[in-house]
Amino acid sequence: MKLLEMKNVKKSFEELEVLKGISLEVNQGEVVAIIGPSGGGKSTLLRCATTLVPINSGLIKIGGDTLVETDDNGVTHYADKKSLAHIRSKFGLVFQNFNLFPHFSVRRNITEALIHVHKKSREEANRICDELLVKMGLEDKGDSYPCNLSGGQQQRVSIARALAANPEILFFDEPTSALDPELTKGVLRVIRGLADEKMTMVIVTHEMSFARDVADRIIFMDGGLIVEEGPAAELINNPKNERTKSFLAGY
Amino acid sequence: MHNISSTLSQLGAGLKFTLIIFIFTLLFSIPLGLLVAKGRMSKNKIISGIIRIYISVMRGTPLMLQLMVVYFAPNFIFGIQLRDLTIGDVDYRLTATIIGFSINYAAYFAEIFRGGIQSIPQGQYHAAQLLGFSGAQTFFRIVLPQVVKNVLPAVTNEIITLVKDTSLAQVLAITEMFTAAKGQAASQVSIMPLVMAGVFYYIMNGIIEIVMNRAEKKLSYYN
Repeated sequence: MKLLEMKNVKKSFEELEVLKGISLEVNQGEVVAIIGPSGGGKSTLLRCATTLVPINSGLIKIGGDTLVETDDNGVTHYADKKSLAHIRSKFGLVFQNFNLFPHFSVRRNITEALIHVHKKSREEANRICDELLVKMGLEDKGDSYPCNLSGGQQQRVSIARALAANPEILFFDEPTSALDPELTKGVLRVIRGLADEKMTMVIVTHEMSFARDVADRIIFMDGGLIVEEGPAAELINNPKNERTKSFLAGY
Repeated sequence: MHNISSTLSQLGAGLKFTLIIFIFTLLFSIPLGLLVAKGRMSKNKIISGIIRIYISVMRGTPLMLQLMVVYFAPNFIFGIQLRDLTIGDVDYRLTATIIGFSINYAAYFAEIFRGGIQSIPQGQYHAAQLLGFSGAQTFFRIVLPQVVKNVLPAVTNEIITLVKDTSLAQVLAITEMFTAAKGQAASQVSIMPLVMAGVFYYIMNGIIEIVMNRAEKKLSYYN
């Protein structure tokens, strides 16, 4: 089953065309890594797929539901408000700089949406929160505030927050770019654990060896286009495209 | 010879009006300021333009003049006789004073709140949106609590200024504390009533400083 489907997605910021027609599919249980140079459109792609940035044209489906579609007359329609809320409940996004709510404890960061959006009881929300904290190796941090955690711990809280509502697919926008190598390890270990559980994930990353080890498939993007894609180990070890080769040579 | 008990009872009577003006102005101007800040940030150019002019006039003209304009407006516009006018049981002079103070302070608060709201990173909105929070939930649960912390020092400034500004109500012949002190100083031919009024203002602001410091401390559990 396809959990993410994008067809010929185009996005421009004023004059600048950032996505020049991206088509991509992600199946259930698949881990896809997106790599490429800065400014190549990776983050924009993720932002378009997660509704943070509106696209100019193309088709995006999440979990089988149409998020946005360009009809035969060239008019682009987004799903109505109600469907949009439903579609948003199907995926989670982990940000590069965490975006935790600083005034909430770790527990409240994770449970607030469960209680006030998904209308779960406080007990139920706390149970989900405790499970996730154990999974993230943060079982003693429920009452801490984000400012008292290391960057790696904060990122693991934000992964827990994104997982709380039980999404079908999880997006990561350079989840370790704000972390030093030591802290990066803990976060990557958590993501690897999710991959082992067959969580469907799309990960924008600069960690090449991590992408090779964890992803099933890697997409190399540059200049707003998918330049090359293929099975992870093959693309990293044996890239075909010249542009991919020269990019990977830098690592 | 300075009569302390007469001064105290007169200052006490004046203090009542000072407190009424102070409390009601805060009560009205803070929510109004939040609304004005929202309007000032509106994407609608007409709304934000009107609000911009409103703030500019409120900040750019004397509060004393604004009080007089509010007071005389019903007469100018509708020809209503202002002498002995009451609304409910309240003397219109007091109502006009509170309206004048409220719309003036709302303009200042609005700019403070706008700064506070705009200092919240875009990422907070994105995270809230993707977690499914509605616009209202995002504002009241995520944004506003952080704004409160950010604006507290600036709001304390305004509140302290308001305590002293209440003396401007004398322009509408309201016998607040400063007017009372002036009257006593004249009749007793002594500067002591004015000194005592100064001490009263200072004590009020001392209390405000303590309360606001505590509030800041309470919110310092995160940064």
